[in-house]
Amino acid sequence: MTQQEHTAPITDPIICRCEEIRKSEILQAIEMGCRSVTAIKKYTRAGMGVCQGRTCARLIEQILIASGISPQAAVARDKARFPIVPCPISAFNGSDKEDQVDAPSI
Amino acid sequence: MKCADILVIGGGPGGLGAAIEAAKAGASVLLVDENPRMGGQLYKQIHKFFGSQTHYAGQRGFDIADTLIAEAARAGVELLPQTRALGCFDEGQFALLSLANQDATRLRTMKARRVILATGAKENAVAFPGWTLPGVMTAGAAQTLANIYGVLPGKRILILGSGNVGLIVGYQLMQAGAQVLGIVDVLPSVHGYEVHAAKLRRANVPIYLGSTVVEARGETRVQQVIIGQVDACFQPIEGTHQTIECDTVLLAVGLSPRTEIAAMFGCDMTFERRLGGLMPIHDETMCTSNQTIYVCGDLAGVEEASTALDEGRLAGIHAAAACGYGDEARHARVAALQSSLNTLRSGMHGQPRKEAKNDILQLAHRKGIVGETI
Ligand SMILES: Cc1cc2nc3c(=O)[nH]c(=O)nc-3n(C[C@H](O)[C@H](O)[C@H](O)COP(=O)(O)OP(=O)(O)OC[C@H]3O[C@@H](n4cnc5c(N)ncnc54)[C@H](O)[C@@H]3O)c2cc1C
Repeated sequence: MTQQEHTAPITDPIICRCEEIRKSEILQAIEMGCRSVTAIKKYTRAGMGVCQGRTCARLIEQILIASGISPQAAVARDKARFPIVPCPISAFNGSDKEDQVDAPSI
Repeated sequence: MKCADILVIGGGPGGLGAAIEAAKAGASVLLVDENPRMGGQLYKQIHKFFGSQTHYAGQRGFDIADTLIAEAARAGVELLPQTRALGCFDEGQFALLSLANQDATRLRTMKARRVILATGAKENAVAFPGWTLPGVMTAGAAQTLANIYGVLPGKRILILGSGNVGLIVGYQLMQAGAQVLGIVDVLPSVHGYEVHAAKLRRANVPIYLGSTVVEARGETRVQQVIIGQVDACFQPIEGTHQTIECDTVLLAVGLSPRTEIAAMFGCDMTFERRLGGLMPIHDETMCTSNQTIYVCGDLAGVEEASTALDEGRLAGIHAAAACGYGDEARHARVAALQSSLNTLRSGMHGQPRKEAKNDILQLAHRKGIVGETI
């Protein structure tokens, strides 16, 4: 392996895989004044995808802290909402089983 | 709709301990876990645990799980595996989704007087360039593949993180026939227990300390990883890079408590780095700022199976007492569990956790969080 190959240009990694938000976009949001996971989410959509920020919330938190923002401020998140894990829409189908719930408005 | 005195969410050592104690006190208890088998992390642990006899030292993790499951069943706990708690509705009803049959996924609701959350923790990631390539995964995922499904995640494996998870998973994958090319950690010394590190050293696995993964490269999956030494600010130092040809990179860089349900209930949270980050604040009784919600185990601060079990037992005793169950003997039991936790949180690895836990308890006092006195 030559030195040339070692110093290949560093790519800009994806932070939120669901919404395909890259690190540079998170840093830009911080530059624009975002100070918490929830602010970054609203500004960039990071954490708004199907998994609801399960992996990227922690990564964004680290980027915020590395940018000098206090952990207690950085961790602010939106309130978790029902359902906490994605589930098939068929789960909400009303049926004859008395212990099944009617479809709540999501 | 189903009703029970106590609903326990999560069937790892924390949840099992909680369910056992609450049922023994006389409460009706329902324990749900999303996996086909109860046991949580224990179920993946094929190594012998060490510690004290009261914490099943010398037994393998999955055997400990089986012992606890049998104890729970004998105590009268209703065990509901393959059932995921999706959260709660405004009326205080819990939504439980059965995962047992894909064609007939069923959402059921239930009500409980007290809820004990033992949802454990999730693994952290590191976003180096190339971390989204196939072949990069968390160490726990690799452990599930190998120890539950009998599938090797790769043949040539590099591990980032020298905590117990990285060390144990590395050794187990070697036993399963993979080649472990090294353990990389930014810290200047091995983070996990020396017993686990020694097994890898004896097998000549290099441990790259003060180093990190700079980049993973590959066409359709990982083929090479560049590692490099780091400076005092953990930034890679130019000119120290080396390339390792591998097909798998495992991330073993810590866990974060699974706080979603606790947050949904409005439990006050704090950020405690020494216990895994954002976590619900709780008092000595394991009660949160929402008096009907108790927490234990990795959710209440990432520690170990033994501490999770003891904390779970405490939560179970207190939640049952809040519902009016339990006899006088419980006070002695609570004292014994608290002194056991104190012993577990000592030594080089335990002491920082003890200090962090004490800070959480003090924070609870300052915020006026107190479980019902029993
Ligand atoms: C590789 C490895 C090695 C380890 N070795 C040791 C060791 O040698 N000694 C030791 O003491 N500890 C060890 N530990 C640590 C120990 O396993 C954990 O600290 C312990 O399992 C935490 O217990 P818990 O009950 O809090 O969580 P878990 O064991 O993680 O259990 C939580 C359970 O809740 C379930 N769950 C979460 N949310 C929901 C929901 N909404 N609905 C339904 N179910 C849900 C999860 O699927 C899981 O089964 C090890 C951990 C790992 C990863």
